[in-house]
Amino acid sequence: MAVRRLAEQQPEGFVFDPQNLARAQREIAKYPPGRQQSAIIGLLWEAQNQNGGWLSEPAIRYVAEMLDMAYIRALEVATFYTMFNLHPVGTVAHIQVCGTTPCMLRGSEALMDICRHRIHHDQDHPSADGKFSWIEVECAGTCVNAPMVQIGSQVFEDLTPETFNRLIDDLDAGRPVTPGPQVARQLSEPEGGPTTLTDPSLYPGEPAPARKGTGRAKKKD
Amino acid sequence: MLADKDRIFRNLYGRHDWRLAGARSRGSWDGTKQILERGRDGIIDEVKKSGLRGRGGAGFPTGLKWSFMPKTNDGRPHYLVVNADESEPGTCKDREIMRHDPHLLLEGCLIAGFSMAAHTAYIYIRGEFLHEAERVQAAIDEAYDARLIGKDNIHGWDFDIFLHRGAGAYICGEETALLESLEGKKGLPRLKPPFPANVGLWGNPTTVSNVESVAVAPDIMRRGGAWFASIGRPNNTGTKLFCISGHVDKPCTVEEAMGVPLRELIETHCGGVRGGWDNLLAVIPGGASVPLLPAEQCQNLPMDFDALRELKSGLGTAAVIVMDKSTDVIKAIARLAYFYKHESCGQCTPCREGTGWMWRVLSRMVRGEAQKREIDMLLEVTYQIEGHTICALGDAAAWPIQGLIRHFRPVIERRIDEFTARAKDDPVLEAAE
Ligand SMILES: Cc1cc2nc3c(=O)[nH]c(=O)nc-3n(C[C@H](O)[C@H](O)[C@H](O)COP(=O)(O)O)c2cc1C
Ligand code: SF4
Ligand code: FES
Repeated sequence: MAVRRLAEQQPEGFVFDPQNLARAQREIAKYPPGRQQSAIIGLLWEAQNQNGGWLSEPAIRYVAEMLDMAYIRALEVATFYTMFNLHPVGTVAHIQVCGTTPCMLRGSEALMDICRHRIHHDQDHPSADGKFSWIEVECAGTCVNAPMVQIGSQVFEDLTPETFNRLIDDLDAGRPVTPGPQVARQLSEPEGGPTTLTDPSLYPGEPAPARKGTGRAKKKD
Repeated sequence: MLADKDRIFRNLYGRHDWRLAGARSRGSWDGTKQILERGRDGIIDEVKKSGLRGRGGAGFPTGLKWSFMPKTNDGRPHYLVVNADESEPGTCKDREIMRHDPHLLLEGCLIAGFSMAAHTAYIYIRGEFLHEAERVQAAIDEAYDARLIGKDNIHGWDFDIFLHRGAGAYICGEETALLESLEGKKGLPRLKPPFPANVGLWGNPTTVSNVESVAVAPDIMRRGGAWFASIGRPNNTGTKLFCISGHVDKPCTVEEAMGVPLRELIETHCGGVRGGWDNLLAVIPGGASVPLLPAEQCQNLPMDFDALRELKSGLGTAAVIVMDKSTDVIKAIARLAYFYKHESCGQCTPCREGTGWMWRVLSRMVRGEAQKREIDMLLEVTYQIEGHTICALGDAAAWPIQGLIRHFRPVIERRIDEFTARAKDDPVLEAAE
């Protein structure tokens, strides 16, 4: 179990902006009448996004009231699920580095060393300029593209210390970044080209897919 | 090697159109109405005939599981819940289905849902999969627009599909924890019985099935259970997505025949073990929860449920984690112990306390800072946890450590000897905090 507590300094209040309120109502509509509590994770996501990437105590209270839940039940959910950040995170990027064994076998420890040196010695502490924070997370479900980091909705895969350093540089300078594999490779396909799905008759009306050894293919992603 | 024509996931790598038009050109949503016209029993019998076993890890026969839903309606709604939590370390196959072949999953939901008289499906997707969630939602929207699902759809069976996001908790992959989470609570596994088929989501009959199990159903119905059953060997049939990570030259996800030999899998699709086959140290064949196998046992190893069970391991989710001889195998397993400590929901004392205890002892063993008698103490603790908890996370935490001790005890002992030789005094025991 992970010990997770609310931040000591909390903002005054929280209300959804109109756009998020509409999204929240769409979430609630997914469940039968009277089962609106099921929407709590969805609503906490909206709250976290609106709040600059972390969940404040007033936001949790607000969501609990909206769903007609006891505050303690909402607090339990906010503290149980580890993707809810209970402390302020870096304004440019909160970098989640996967440290579980498949990523460890392919070099995630070196990525975390870079975080320690460039961001903060400790996890979950924003850097001096407030732009970055980092945390070690458990398997993010992209293990054949290890090692990886997740930043918001984007995952960066097949990293090396060099490409990871460059990623931080680019984010720091506000340059555009490209998620996905950071080597010449089409998603989870073997590097160098596919060993399967090369029979063109599977795809009537389409040009034949690239053969083995053609290098980086244009992504349809 | 499995022939391309026998593959189900034809857009595995996202080189083709994932939208409805592309999915249709690859055969999705073709004759779905005729499939439903075969009736609940017709579908379940075909799935039984295919020999499909659940792809979520436990390998329970899928047709049988779907048949457990009540046959007569007592007024309560029935639910299909798709397990898209995909959190078992090493596993990243459902991700590919959801981002590249989402319509296979949705058509599977309708077929599976119909076979259990459900008018509603919830797809529970892990919080990390944001991109995948957007894809699945876009595909759901397309399916509604084309009246493939929804009220008064062209298939004649009212059917809603909703996507539900999680927010980071491995335990929510356990089916009853998943249901708790879907109800808006902490993901704490429920005691069974009652089983979800009788008392599931909001107390109603519910079946939880893995993404891959559901997504292969349309192909089984169209091509026939006999076709699926002709691949692999009895009781271990069909095609399977394998995710090969770790020390291979080209890690990848690939669809292969069940029972493909491990060496062929690695050498055909992954460019071989890093440094050559002889550089192999060990393999975890089915995701973090199954015991590892040393290289000697990997020589002629068919990758299926029964063959791996005979070696006291398991196929699990078919996530193959390869370790070459440069690996510190104690550390590799210690990191998994940390994972289970982190992910324990804390309800059962053996799991809550035991996972932390095992991780701390293993961490000392990585440094060699331990007593040899602690190896048996550690093994004993794994047996104390195994089978004594509400859910199988306790077992999953115990098994990798049992595998380590079974196959690599001399490595642990040597590490201890090396540490002792350097140390002035006897190392202290400092497990229990
Ligand atoms: C701790 C734990 C985690 C699990 N995680 C997953 C998961 O991420 N995805 C999944 O499909 N099944 C997972 N399972 C298995 C489910 O409980 C369930 O057996 C499965 O979803 C059933 O689907 P199937 O019959 O299609 O395999 C997990 C089980 C346990 C004990
Ligand atoms: S075994 Fe562990 S994860 Fe499962 S219910 Fe008990 S404490 Fe929770
Ligand atoms: S172990 Fe890092 S993504 Fe799975």
